[in-house]
Amino acid sequence: MTPALWPPTAQEIVFLLLSVVAVGSALLVVTTRQLVHAALWLVACFGALAGCYLVLTAEFVAWVQVLIYVGAVVVLMLFGIMLTRAPIGRTADLDSGNRVVAALVALATAAVLVTVVIDGFRSAYTPLDPGTGSAKSLGGSIFRTWVLPFEALSILLLAALIGAIVISRTDIKGRE
Amino acid sequence: MTGYFGSYVVVAVLLGVGVAIFAGGLLANRLLRPDRPTAEKLTTYECGVDPVGEGWAQSQIRYYVFTYLYVVFAVDAVFLFPWATVFADPGFGLTTLVEMFVFLAFIALGILYAWRKRVLTWT
Repeated sequence: MTPALWPPTAQEIVFLLLSVVAVGSALLVVTTRQLVHAALWLVACFGALAGCYLVLTAEFVAWVQVLIYVGAVVVLMLFGIMLTRAPIGRTADLDSGNRVVAALVALATAAVLVTVVIDGFRSAYTPLDPGTGSAKSLGGSIFRTWVLPFEALSILLLAALIGAIVISRTDIKGRE
Repeated sequence: MTGYFGSYVVVAVLLGVGVAIFAGGLLANRLLRPDRPTAEKLTTYECGVDPVGEGWAQSQIRYYVFTYLYVVFAVDAVFLFPWATVFADPGFGLTTLVEMFVFLAFIALGILYAWRKRVLTWT
């Protein structure tokens, strides 16, 4: 049973506002001329996305988004920027020559994703029941249904950690 | 203000109050203080010594591993939360306990590698 779309509920309005913030800051990430500002706009984008998850009652995922993406991944990216010799501040040659192709690829990807979501769900409706996104219900589905991807994730993390160590240690040489 | 959305409205209002106090303090400070900037006053103050060069230095690649270790531990901790809420429930039991320790063992292998390669020592 699909409820009427008009008038919108408070949750729908908050969700729309948060999505505008997310899309706007995502655009600023790729258009700003300052590399560090791009990383900071990414924080705003991830934060708005976390807010969207909260409105959709995916409570645990929202706080994971804050902890992992806003907390850890952006710090990793800032470290990545600090490792380079590139100067901070306004950089004129930040745009690559591929920007038109990149914009086309991004638009095409967005078109495919939006088409799939709209075609797949159409007017499907699910009520937002608080509690379905709690740590307990997620734990239940991870350890009942998705154990193998969970264990595969640990191998992925291990591989990436060893890769980071090998790359960052200059005294670990490859085979002659 | 009860229920899921009501409790998060309280969180949002609290956040707004915090931002308002912070911004209000800075704004009141700006309105009340005298403001006569000179070139000397605007330079970075560091123990009375004039700053030389730029504020940008390329950092060592070895710090990247520390940041990456932080990411690994954050992902690790995030999976401990849902696990901790269910592993004692009926229908989970020993298998779930072992699954988490297999996960932790793989990550511990990475820590062991970092330790053996003396990444964690302070030089």
